[in-house]
Amino acid sequence: YQAPAYHLILEGILILWIIRLLFSKTYKLQERSDLTLKEKEELIEEWQPEPLVPPVPKDHPALNYNIVSGPPTHIITVNGRECINFASFNFLGLLNNEKVKSAAQASLKKYGVGTCGPRGFYGTFDVHLELEERLAKFMRTEEAIIYSYGFATIASAIPAYSKRGDIVFVDEAACFAIQKGLQASRSNIKLFKHNDMADLERLLKEQETEDQKNPRKARVTRRFIVVEGLYMNTGDICPLPELIKLKYKYKVRIFLEESLSFGVLGEHGRGITEHFGINIDDIDLISANMENSLASIGGFCCGRSFIIDHQRLSGQGYCFSASLPPLLAAAAIEALNIMEDNPDIFQTLRAKCERIHKALQGISGLKVVGESFSPALHLQLEESCGSRENDVKLLKRVVDYCMNSGIALTQACYLEKEEKCLPPPSIRVVITVEQTEQELDKAASLLKEAAQSVLN
Amino acid sequence: INHIVHNGGLYKRPFNEAFEETPMLVAVLTYVGYGVLTLFGYLRDFMRQWKIEKCQNATEREEQKDFVPLYQDFENFYNRNLYMRIRDSWNRPICSVPGAKVDMMERVSHDYNWTFTYTGRVIKDIINMGSYNYLGFAQNTGACQEAAAKVLSQYGAGVCSARQEMGNLDKHEELEKLVARFLGVESAMAYGMGFATNSMNIPALVGKGCLILSDELNHASLVLGARLSGATIRIFKHNNMQSLEKLLKDAIVHGQPRTRRPWKKILILVEGIYSMEGSIVRLPEVIALKKKYKSYLYLDEAHSIGALGPSGRGVVEYFGLNPEDVDVMMGTFTKSFGAAGGYIGGKKELIDYLRTYSHSAAYATSMSPPVVEQIITSVKCIMGEDGTTVGEARVQQLAENTRYFRRRLKEMGFIIYGNEDSPVVPLMLYMPAKIGAFGREMLKRNIGVVVVGFPATPIIESRARFCLSAAHTKEMLDTALKEINEVGDLLQLKYSRRRLVPLLDRPFDETTYEETED
Repeated sequence: YQAPAYHLILEGILILWIIRLLFSKTYKLQERSDLTLKEKEELIEEWQPEPLVPPVPKDHPALNYNIVSGPPTHIITVNGRECINFASFNFLGLLNNEKVKSAAQASLKKYGVGTCGPRGFYGTFDVHLELEERLAKFMRTEEAIIYSYGFATIASAIPAYSKRGDIVFVDEAACFAIQKGLQASRSNIKLFKHNDMADLERLLKEQETEDQKNPRKARVTRRFIVVEGLYMNTGDICPLPELIKLKYKYKVRIFLEESLSFGVLGEHGRGITEHFGINIDDIDLISANMENSLASIGGFCCGRSFIIDHQRLSGQGYCFSASLPPLLAAAAIEALNIMEDNPDIFQTLRAKCERIHKALQGISGLKVVGESFSPALHLQLEESCGSRENDVKLLKRVVDYCMNSGIALTQACYLEKEEKCLPPPSIRVVITVEQTEQELDKAASLLKEAAQSVLN
Repeated sequence: INHIVHNGGLYKRPFNEAFEETPMLVAVLTYVGYGVLTLFGYLRDFMRQWKIEKCQNATEREEQKDFVPLYQDFENFYNRNLYMRIRDSWNRPICSVPGAKVDMMERVSHDYNWTFTYTGRVIKDIINMGSYNYLGFAQNTGACQEAAAKVLSQYGAGVCSARQEMGNLDKHEELEKLVARFLGVESAMAYGMGFATNSMNIPALVGKGCLILSDELNHASLVLGARLSGATIRIFKHNNMQSLEKLLKDAIVHGQPRTRRPWKKILILVEGIYSMEGSIVRLPEVIALKKKYKSYLYLDEAHSIGALGPSGRGVVEYFGLNPEDVDVMMGTFTKSFGAAGGYIGGKKELIDYLRTYSHSAAYATSMSPPVVEQIITSVKCIMGEDGTTVGEARVQQLAENTRYFRRRLKEMGFIIYGNEDSPVVPLMLYMPAKIGAFGREMLKRNIGVVVVGFPATPIIESRARFCLSAAHTKEMLDTALKEINEVGDLLQLKYSRRRLVPLLDRPFDETTYEETED
């Protein structure tokens, strides 16, 4: 059998081509500009970096802090003047409570101050275990986990569950800690308008149609909704019953951040789930910080063991950081005891909030932003005077007027360039159980006076 | 940088750092060990799936069974099958002050570590070689505790407000001035959590268009801070100055990738002591490089502040350098000061900028007053300003303990990583079974140690890590060494063949550092 002539010619050409390819120079895809050593040294000489930090003008409003001498309790000494404290989040007045302080003292005598290690390496004390049990029992969930810093709680919890490729639906008015947690998680973030369930449903429907195009991917993409119980930036609550309905309809998990509503809402202070009468197992994760109502330091997450136990190995702020000093854990346990023994303080706090909310209505130039039972309200300018800087200066004059007359207030501080949806400048008014009715009335009338003199 | 010429000038004392190579047989056996465990893991998973074995994991709610699963099965494979077997080596609960001797609550497990029950007994006086108590300030008696108690009764435990709002107490200002004086910098700022100090301030300093050069083995907080900032991150080999120089040169010459624009700034992230390796950063060379290439240096002294240097001022004093050469000096108060929190020190412009733009100042609650008082008292004690020489004595005791302990362990024949002067002593175990065995055997002999495995270390290099303290007396160290010797013989841990190599992979031949050879 003789192969046809064109076979042989073709094979010959192929062999010659292979030999040529073998011996030709390699073809680099990217042209590497070969600079000489001298040129490189010149470039290194010429390069000038920016200064490490740009200079900050001396009169920047956030540069000069108020100095508080002494404890930041009901009567506070700010910049040398004694005022009534309307600025610290000490809702239940537990900052100065003698029982809490003596529990912390006992713990200090037994354990010293620091824990000298993370939870995994001899940093787990029996007080931590006790506090976790007590919090879980109080909130009626299976398990709770403690963090040593309030900001780090939600900022470590979200990235532990939501990874690259997952989808998170978050409210626009979410606080900065949630935003940092979302940034660390690298997931797809979808913002919905504040408290607007129709907008959220629209986004969920869009996602559903996307899923139908690619069902294999949809089967492994986790979905979460992150909301706050009582929003720090706007003072109102989220419509939890509708969210639960959306959760089961679209199969999304809910993470609830209850820093302001824990110890404030609900008949026994258990937060927004008790306020609406919802079964706590319907919420996948509740995160709160202990720095508001419990007047301690740190934060906790609670929920079912299936969910919380995962954070013990993948919560960054839990595994790689030292644990909470035992005296602060003991203070938190005692504060919980007080909350459980006196369930009527929540009603008292709510009554005070309603009172001042009503009294602050009708101030010319300032509008009250927040629910009537929210202990942390905002007072915003009714009409902005053009630029944010000028608004901030104007509000500062109102605050200074009040401070000079004995009411300590503060503006809500934000990092203007870092926030996703920057709220308008406002004065933060915080109501605590320790404030008497006269003091509340005094504060309201002083604010009216200040608004009159500064804004008109 | 010409090491041979500058060696006399840059390093004022010998820099002895060694990482002995893993013996070949040990590496092979370690892989075999992991292979066997993986096979058994698959077998057990199979049995659990087909309900032959009861599944003791917590499970999803009935109502949510049709939701997208929260965890992928494979993610937890390591957790279920390897970590669960030796889980009792970690999270051991203690019930006394974490000093040189500690009391531990006894716990037993009847179902192979899936659940623990506390018997109620307390194991007393375990020698604590795991807590970060370098200068022994974890005490429940003494001047520090009394001052903290006084401040607690006066100020209370919490603060309930952010620094920029109403949370800036006079105590915080006092602390910051004291820390600035201690470090020898113009000004300082303190935060409530060491982890958060890194993750919230690095994004404030650098952003898009900047370059971060970070060491291979940097802590999770530095990695998270670098990621959150949005800058480009490039990694150089651990403590390897040639790798760092190459990256610096390439960065300046070629500029940003694709657009070729020049970088806005370059920030080098290093740590003083690396806690998993026990190595000390080559600070003189890093500073020389930083000056030559006009970049900025961020030094994380979490483990080295208080532990190194003739008066405890950290790695800058240890090398005899000028603190003004380091642009950002960061550290934590958890380890040597027996409290909690972190600080950043530097020039006044830097601290003013951080006071205005740091995430922690605007949104996070400030430090608790008794904790602040503990730091103030302990810093004054170390500086000698409380009128005693206790601080100086402790710093020297720690240095002596370090030298003694490391020398004895090396003589016994264990493989010890790291620098001779670092109080963090990693002892190599390698094989997965020995991790659990070492922890349990040492606990039986009343010594508490910390063992670390994957993922904190590379998979075959699991180790036990000892943290020395000024509170350890020589008797305690001798007891501990005797027990370690016994357990080392029992578990055959004495791998060292005395062939010490200064660096894991060194590209140049000249030996500029002293090498001890047999």
